Amino acid sequence: MADVTFTVDGKKLTAPAGTLLIEACRAHGIEIPAFCYYPGLSLQAACRMCVVRLEKVPKLQTACTTPVAEGMVVTTESPEIAQARKATIELLLGNHPLDCPVCDAGGECELQDMTFKYGAAESKFVEIKQHREEQQWSPVVYFDRPRCILCYRCVRVCGEGMDVWALGIQNRGSGAVIAPNKQDHLECEECGMCIDICPVGALTSGTYRYKTRPWEMSHVGTVCTHCGDGCKTTLGVRRSNDGMEIVRGDNRDKSGINGDFLCIKGRYGFDFANHADRLTQPLIRQADGKFKPVAWEEAIEYAGKRLREIRDAKGGSAIGVIGSNRTTNEESYLLQKFARTVLHTNNVDHHRTADYPAFAAAMKGREEASLRDFGTAKAVLLLGGDPTEQHPGLAWQIRTGVRLHGTRLYAANHELIKMRRQATSFLQIGEGDYAALIAYLAGDNSALDGNGKASAFRDAIRQEESLLVVFGSEFRGGEMDAIVRFASSLPHAKFTCLGDYVNSRGAADMGLYPDYLPGYVPVTASGSFAEEYGGTLPQKPGLDLVQMFDGAARGEIQAMYIVGSNPVSRYGIDPASLRDTFIVAQDLFLTETAQLASVVFPAADLYEKSGTVTSTFGDLQLVRKAADKAGTRTDFELIVRLAAAMGAEVKKLVPFGPGGVRADFGQARGAQSGEADRHGVWLAAHHLEPKLSPFDPYAIFDEIQRLIPAYDISRLDLMAGNDQHVRSGLVQIRNAGERRDLVLPSNDTLFTSGTLGRYSTMLHSVLEAREPAETAAD
Amino acid sequence: MATLTTHPDCVPLISYRFGKGATSIDRYIELEGYESARKALAMGPDAIINEVKASNLRGRGGAGFPTGLKWSFVPKQSAKPKYVLVNGDESEPGTCKDRLIFEHDPHSVIEGVIIAGLAIQAKMGFIYLRGEYRYLLKIMERAVEEAYAKGFLGKNIFGSGIDFDIVTQTGAGAYEVGEESALMESLEGKRGVPRIRPPFPAVVGLYGGPTIINNAETIATVPHILRIGAAEYAKIGTERNGGTRLFCLSGHLNRPGVYELPMGYNLKKMIYEVGGGIPGGRKLKAVVPGGSSTPVLLPEEIDIGMDFDQVGKAGSMLGSGGVVVLDETVCMVEFALRTMKFYQHESCGWCIPCREGTDWLKKSLTRLHAGGAVDKDIDNIRYLAENMLGRTFCPLGDAAAMPTIGFVKKFRKEFEDHLEGRGCPYHHAREERVALV
Amino acid sequence: MQTNTIFSPELAARFDRLVTLYPVKRSALVPMLLYAQDEVGYLTDAVVAEVAERIGISELDVRNVVSYYSLLRTKPAGKYHVQVCTNICCMLRGGNEILEHCKETLGIPNKGVTPDGMFSLEEVECIGACSWAPAAQVNYDFHENLTAESIDKVLADYRAKAGK
Ligand SMILES: Cc1cc2nc3c(=O)[nH]c(=O)nc-3n(C[C@H](O)[C@H](O)[C@H](O)COP(=O)(O)O)c2cc1C
Ligand code: SF4
Ligand code: FES
Repeated sequence: MADVTFTVDGKKLTAPAGTLLIEACRAHGIEIPAFCYYPGLSLQAACRMCVVRLEKVPKLQTACTTPVAEGMVVTTESPEIAQARKATIELLLGNHPLDCPVCDAGGECELQDMTFKYGAAESKFVEIKQHREEQQWSPVVYFDRPRCILCYRCVRVCGEGMDVWALGIQNRGSGAVIAPNKQDHLECEECGMCIDICPVGALTSGTYRYKTRPWEMSHVGTVCTHCGDGCKTTLGVRRSNDGMEIVRGDNRDKSGINGDFLCIKGRYGFDFANHADRLTQPLIRQADGKFKPVAWEEAIEYAGKRLREIRDAKGGSAIGVIGSNRTTNEESYLLQKFARTVLHTNNVDHHRTADYPAFAAAMKGREEASLRDFGTAKAVLLLGGDPTEQHPGLAWQIRTGVRLHGTRLYAANHELIKMRRQATSFLQIGEGDYAALIAYLAGDNSALDGNGKASAFRDAIRQEESLLVVFGSEFRGGEMDAIVRFASSLPHAKFTCLGDYVNSRGAADMGLYPDYLPGYVPVTASGSFAEEYGGTLPQKPGLDLVQMFDGAARGEIQAMYIVGSNPVSRYGIDPASLRDTFIVAQDLFLTETAQLASVVFPAADLYEKSGTVTSTFGDLQLVRKAADKAGTRTDFELIVRLAAAMGAEVKKLVPFGPGGVRADFGQARGAQSGEADRHGVWLAAHHLEPKLSPFDPYAIFDEIQRLIPAYDISRLDLMAGNDQHVRSGLVQIRNAGERRDLVLPSNDTLFTSGTLGRYSTMLHSVLEAREPAETAAD
Repeated sequence: MATLTTHPDCVPLISYRFGKGATSIDRYIELEGYESARKALAMGPDAIINEVKASNLRGRGGAGFPTGLKWSFVPKQSAKPKYVLVNGDESEPGTCKDRLIFEHDPHSVIEGVIIAGLAIQAKMGFIYLRGEYRYLLKIMERAVEEAYAKGFLGKNIFGSGIDFDIVTQTGAGAYEVGEESALMESLEGKRGVPRIRPPFPAVVGLYGGPTIINNAETIATVPHILRIGAAEYAKIGTERNGGTRLFCLSGHLNRPGVYELPMGYNLKKMIYEVGGGIPGGRKLKAVVPGGSSTPVLLPEEIDIGMDFDQVGKAGSMLGSGGVVVLDETVCMVEFALRTMKFYQHESCGWCIPCREGTDWLKKSLTRLHAGGAVDKDIDNIRYLAENMLGRTFCPLGDAAAMPTIGFVKKFRKEFEDHLEGRGCPYHHAREERVALV
Repeated sequence: MQTNTIFSPELAARFDRLVTLYPVKRSALVPMLLYAQDEVGYLTDAVVAEVAERIGISELDVRNVVSYYSLLRTKPAGKYHVQVCTNICCMLRGGNEILEHCKETLGIPNKGVTPDGMFSLEEVECIGACSWAPAAQVNYDFHENLTAESIDKVLADYRAKAGK
């Protein structure tokens, strides 16, 4: 819209016509106080805090409902206005418990700030305040009624934002109150948005309430460790007797690709880190078959020695390596490098949750969509998948687009997924009809019985100028190719392939495959890598995950190095078949897989390390060390030390020390790690110059950028904490269509998260709380 | 059940069919019923609106907005359907006039809706009665049925080729739902919380379509204007205040009741002659001239004509036509308290100043009346009211604040008499008076 | 058309029609709740559930609305619900005294219900009878220009009515 010019407090400002005064002012650094106004949510004009004076208008007006107009003259601060705001606060405080000293929001409370600013110190009222007992509405949500100022933010974010509509307003007048959908409790997606958006301490969370004071925490922005959306989360951490513990997760500053959104996993699912079963000591299996806690040195020396023996005796092909969907890019990269250069094997794989090689092959340099794009998309085509359950961040972005930018959503699915409620057009198809659907969309009328709906669906899509195409794990190999080819007939199409875990995409990009090196370079053509790594790399494609276990059962695979992965339960491996395999497992917990290991290393989780991860959208983000757990080591460090124990030359594995390394010197490793000292000791012991730690992931990121064109992004922006989109256009890959399909979707829901989720008390209690309701439902 | 009271000065215009069996459509037709609707059909939209403008009819719901002008705001072209909405929520304490119209002349409301519909080219009208008026809903439903049967409603009304439907319903107990935008929310099945304006109903109203909303009396007056002609009608009243209105006289009067009097009729006469003066020869203490929301007038302020402009000049408002008379035995603190109790009970709770303000005012006044207040509480009461005024989301906040400010300003002494444990000095006086009633 | 309803066939039929009268179904909500209350006595969970289903909104939505309107109740009232106005005009003419008198004769407090469930009592805001004050409503019937004697008679008549 055309710009208009108007005057605020004597300053001439311009903004697009129709912009709300409150927004226009904020954009120019003029803060107008407001409780009920919240960007992106419907207008209320209920709190009356944003009143301003418009020239030639008799009454004060609410800036949150006044669109700027040409020549408008506005006063935002004056004795009259201050008095109006003061009076409003006095009224609010009249019945407010003022229990700030124990209130979660104390120190972060908008009511406190306003009171401080406009001063309503002495109370005009002598009547006693009405006390109401605090209510627990769900494992996550608590409600403290007297603190509520009725700004209706929670009601709106739950309804308009989440499309859950679980909160309402009941009674009227001074009896008005926020009410949960099940009378005395909530049945919802437990996202905690209502808590985060509450300007006071009326809504508090089961994890955080009464746990700490805001100023006791330090805040570290990092990436959620759960699903493949890669939401940014700001973790509040504080000292605990075994390191740094996480007490809160939110994204209030709205930085990051997810705005202020987080789902229950991102917001509360960090508690697995403090689970009693967390491993904090290395274990070695004894002759009697029992595990014995041992010192780090002993465990590493032992594991290194055995692996070396097996490699030297049987060759690398007798060893298998399984990587993780939750470790950083640097760790996955390092793991495959370790496998190929130290173990001399291509037997490398991971639990595949999406067919990324096929996707890369299909893309042939076309553009990939960032999660950001969905918030403002013109049109989205959602094929398969259930974002609400499996990609909550994406679901949020799509809803935002639909709500605020009129995004047209076309969804086709065999289930009646919830997102159909946002859909301009929803097409239900048979479970096996996805390939047919693509063929149909591509123009083959015989593919689907062209019921009117399908053709209307297709016609509408063909009208779209620019389209974001998202497909779920229902699509594999050749089908992806078909989708991409079809959608590429539209002027501007971007694509997203949905995979499950925080770094599933990274694991693929970093070459945790038997047949691909990092960047999907075939092992059969390892040119640049061979050079960089020095010496020759195994040329023959190795065994994939399933083949490795078959091999183990046949005794051909004698050792396995399993990092942050639980294939035994995932793929239902028969424990007996691994009886004679020497397994080194590193993980957070004694998983079904770790239980079969000979050596177990306690590993740090994603919140306890630094590095980068790549979301399923190809959004590359910085992971910052927030928490710290005594007795654990990062996977990165463990790989390096294992290599050293095997007699490998560490300098070759991690280019550290003097000599043109472009890495930053580990500053980004997070404040309270204490790693430095540990390294100091280790470095000294190995006569290494403690210039740059060999445990510094950025040393290897350097190499990643050098070798994988797609990762050649602005390092400066990345380090500054800005998400960068990998340049998937640069990926060179020959058609990967005919590879064996090993994709095994995790089928996680909003409240599960693979093995990790099993150790989250919060996710558990929510599932339990829902049991009755769920069973009652059917 | 409820009946009109008359007095030689009364001008039976709106009430001209009362008590003549006009609830039956045939009788209504005998009494020139539905002729105005036929006229309107012949006149066409612009002529109707001009006629109503010329009549100087002003809204009887309280605000006194010129009706013709309001109608002229409705856009001629509209993608969304247009609606006519009759506000029969009549809940302003002191007001009980719309009730008489529905009870004695239901067809005049229907005819008025049809004419309004023709004026803005709407195809549908709604008549919303307050929930307590269930017996009137029965009467209105029957009248509407009759009109359908006669072909005055439904498809091709009066053979004109125009379709028009009317739906009648009641609310369920909420004063705030009388506020025009809250009423639309209620009619859409929601909580009676008002809407953000602009946009105004004439542009975006019911179901998002252009809507005129008028008080029942306003609407029922329209057919009479067309019946006798705008010029005639305007002549009855005063300048810019055309015609007659139903005044509800209540409180300490010998002949309380609802009377139809010309706009601008002298308030003093209304009390002492029409209303028969004050029982027991007691002295007049105060008058609330236009329903509980209007600031109180002192005996020396009542020698004024009862139209929107003159009462306005006197520092109050004509409001909804409810004239409440208070004699010397009334405790003004108790009266102020009872008034505030009402607004506290009826605040929808949406906005802070009204929700919390009415609550704290009620608490403070309660304490004051009980003798538990100190001097600064009186200032505090005024402070609270003054800080509500003009700051709330809808006018209910003002409606609660204005009278309160008036009471404190004009009866401060009486407020002070309650201080420091003295409590209400009026108890025995009240008992005597009640004995008299 | 809704099968298996908790309402009488007449009322169910009325509801089926009601939702068709308006441009949007939801407009029928407030009247529906009132009629349902008249038949069932108060708005039980079952009523809320069926009304929500008929309108096609959540029960929460229905409750939000129910709790807003003062005539709608979620607890039983007496067969005859006596609503005495004590607002200004009635107050001036003895409304409070009428209320007190009812409390005594019925032996129940404001918002109380007689043990036999015959009467319930409620102090209410202006009911639109200001010129005929003091006034009260029993269910939907108006009783005006009340005195202690006349209200006694009113109550007696209802008791008698209930008798047969
Ligand atoms: C709190 C409040 C209550 C109101 N109650 C009524 C009412 O009961 N009846 C009515 O006609 N107007 C009422 N009004 C005025 C309406 O908002 C609206 O102005 C009126 O119905 C317009 O009709 P008119 O122009 O014919 O007066 C109320 C206004 C407010 C702010
Ligand atoms: S002023 Fe505010 S709280 Fe009061 S009725 Fe209007 S909107 Fe509701
Ligand atoms: S004040 Fe009692 S009916 Fe109006």
